[in-house]
Amino acid sequence: MNVRDHLPAFLVMVPLLGSFLSPVAVSFGKTVRNVFFVAFAALTLLAGAAICVATFGGNILVYVMGGESFALTMPSGMSYPVRILFEIDAFGAVFIFCVSAAAFAGALFSVNYMERFSGWKRFMPLYFLLTAGALGMCATGDMFNFFVFAELASIASFGLTAFWRDKPEAVEAGFKYMFVSQIAAMLLLIATGALYGKYNAVNMGFLASVMESGTMERVVLALIISVTAFRCGAFPMHTHMTDACAEAPCGVTCLLVTVSQASFYGLVRVCYSIFPNLAGGGTVGWLLIVMGSMSMIFGVMMAVIQHDIKRLMGYHSVSQAGYLLTAMGVGLLALGRGGGMEGYGLASIKGGLFHAMNYSFCNGLLFLCAGSLYYATGTRGLDKMGGLARNMPWTAAMFVVAAAGISGLPPFNGFVSKWMIFGSGFAVHPILPALGMVTSVLALASFVKVFQAAFLGPPRAKLIAAREAPYGMLAGMGLLAVLILLLTLFPGWFMGNVFDNAAEALLRPQDYIRAAMGGR
Amino acid sequence: MKPLSVVVTSVFDIFAWFMIVFGVYVINNGHNTPGGGFQGGAIVATFMSFVLVAYGGKKFMTWAREGAYGALELIGLMAFFAFGCLGFPNAFFYNSLAIPHGGTPLSEWLPYCGTISLMNVAVGAEVVGALSLVVYYMYGSIRMVDTGAGMGGERGHDRFDR
Amino acid sequence: MTDSIAENALDFVGNAPYVVVALLVLMSLYAMLTQKNLIKICIAISILGASVNMFLVLMGYRHGGGIPIHYLKGAQESMVLPTPQCLTLTAIVIALATTALMLSLVIMVNKHYGTLDIDEIRRLRG
Repeated sequence: MNVRDHLPAFLVMVPLLGSFLSPVAVSFGKTVRNVFFVAFAALTLLAGAAICVATFGGNILVYVMGGESFALTMPSGMSYPVRILFEIDAFGAVFIFCVSAAAFAGALFSVNYMERFSGWKRFMPLYFLLTAGALGMCATGDMFNFFVFAELASIASFGLTAFWRDKPEAVEAGFKYMFVSQIAAMLLLIATGALYGKYNAVNMGFLASVMESGTMERVVLALIISVTAFRCGAFPMHTHMTDACAEAPCGVTCLLVTVSQASFYGLVRVCYSIFPNLAGGGTVGWLLIVMGSMSMIFGVMMAVIQHDIKRLMGYHSVSQAGYLLTAMGVGLLALGRGGGMEGYGLASIKGGLFHAMNYSFCNGLLFLCAGSLYYATGTRGLDKMGGLARNMPWTAAMFVVAAAGISGLPPFNGFVSKWMIFGSGFAVHPILPALGMVTSVLALASFVKVFQAAFLGPPRAKLIAAREAPYGMLAGMGLLAVLILLLTLFPGWFMGNVFDNAAEALLRPQDYIRAAMGGR
Repeated sequence: MKPLSVVVTSVFDIFAWFMIVFGVYVINNGHNTPGGGFQGGAIVATFMSFVLVAYGGKKFMTWAREGAYGALELIGLMAFFAFGCLGFPNAFFYNSLAIPHGGTPLSEWLPYCGTISLMNVAVGAEVVGALSLVVYYMYGSIRMVDTGAGMGGERGHDRFDR
Repeated sequence: MTDSIAENALDFVGNAPYVVVALLVLMSLYAMLTQKNLIKICIAISILGASVNMFLVLMGYRHGGGIPIHYLKGAQESMVLPTPQCLTLTAIVIALATTALMLSLVIMVNKHYGTLDIDEIRRLRG
């Protein structure tokens, strides 16, 4: 048995096994519990990184659950793929790596962060289910399983948002999230059913090969775009995101960011691979750009006025999701127009993918820093903190790395990705770079405000005894900080090996189709 | 919840067991009739809610064992996972035990459909455990609200803020 | 003339399930938008789920088709498609999990706020 062939199965099996076994591990005491938690998260990261490496050079991994052979998509002369299909190309692998890295960092962080609380028997299974759901969303090859994995991830995230059930705000945030998310899920299911009714299949590759551009397809595309944009927290539908980010435990919030990335993956996959003709027409591109710009500006403006540190970070997530949507919208528009514009579109998509990775690591690290501050001081209010840089030097340093990375200060990774997005956005409309610049400046301003309020100034009398976070939490934060620094120091390597392949894979739906239809 | 009248409890004593038998039948025949693990498991798990309605909350809390249902759930899940792994040289979930047309079975105890019916049994056990636990926990939280009993030693969110 | 009327009537009857699906979706959306009680909102979400499941099953219906189980039905000319029924079952399982979780959250909300009125449950703002 060649392990490399079965990697896509391991990707979902490992977190699921972790989630099934964790109630047993919890009952064996603290050490076993912690080792188990970190070990399974590390295995997940290993599988994710291995998949990322396996897709270098444009390979597409196909896996058939329950097939006579792992790659036999069309058994006994069927004319379209049956069974549960996993299909991972270089584009999906980017998001898989983001999710698994954030899951590992969040697990390391949570080992110490959640120590003071009971309920580990519930926390660990939900955490692994959330990981499995997000990874499955990025790996799956059919619409219905996308729905199933999205529901798996959202059920786990409702549970984790309302994890501290003795806290009214947490329960309320969980219920709100659940209410809107259920409506969205049902709309996604209606779209899937409509596609099935017309084409008799739910497989993404097969659907892409036979897709027409009629009225029904337009309705389906509109439904899917609104649902996935909702899940990744775009502007008019962002409230669940900020509430959940504020109320969930911090290690989980780091993962929630990447779960929203997973639905962003679904949005891009649907627009570029399944409905390339409909989405390339211009309307969808402008829709994404308008939605993205609104999220950027609105998110960062709301972030500037927040006093609650986690809610502030939540609004930054909305703002960064806006960058990604804008990048993908610019890509669609530029590629659809043709006539020498393709280069701009390609650059925009590459920048968007780079920014997706920056966003998950930097925002994850920001949430972990917020959690570390909360752990040390016991408050989330910025007004009640002050002078913590002396007591918590490591947290302060990592906060600086993350904030500089995400707000795009020149030597850091965020600068590269934002430059690529807005350099090509200029080709579509000159207002886009201006909006991006304003957003970056405001983001920097809000981070300066947080840094000044929390770390600088005279120490508060109440917080004299505040200690640096324990080693587990620092290890989780350090992992993300190292990844950010790697992205900063070697953007060329990442661009050449990861993002170029990913953008190429996205722009060649015919390869995706051929892999799903049995050709290697 | 208060217990219902003696009529209900007597009917429960006589007929509730048939519900379990019917549920197990649905689980066991999931591979060739409509039904299967989830449906049968849901039928079996109605037994617990029936106990709650007929005999009332006090008796329910003394009779129900959280650990037993948790164990049932865990065994079901692990068995399901193991049956999935049986197909491994080919692919995860491959039905390697199925007996092809005209072939000889490995053992007469093996069902013809291979892992499908075994997985049905595993899922049935899992669903019985999980749905009974759902009833147990939901009733537990209602009781917590009604009687003002605390969280039972739970250490939740620490309220430095307020 | 009578034939066309009969055909129209048949067409109408054939489309009746779609009308029911549309009505159920509209009913649940109306309830979600107008009702203030959390339990009623949960019921509305369940109705939405049920209508979507009905839609999925309808998508697999073939006129005059039998059940897709060879063992029970024997040889037949056409059968309804089994795939959407599997999808529906999966969706029902997920709906059950979410309903249980949603009702548990309602219990917790009621415990904290002492009310089920959605207008009074507003601690999260901004």
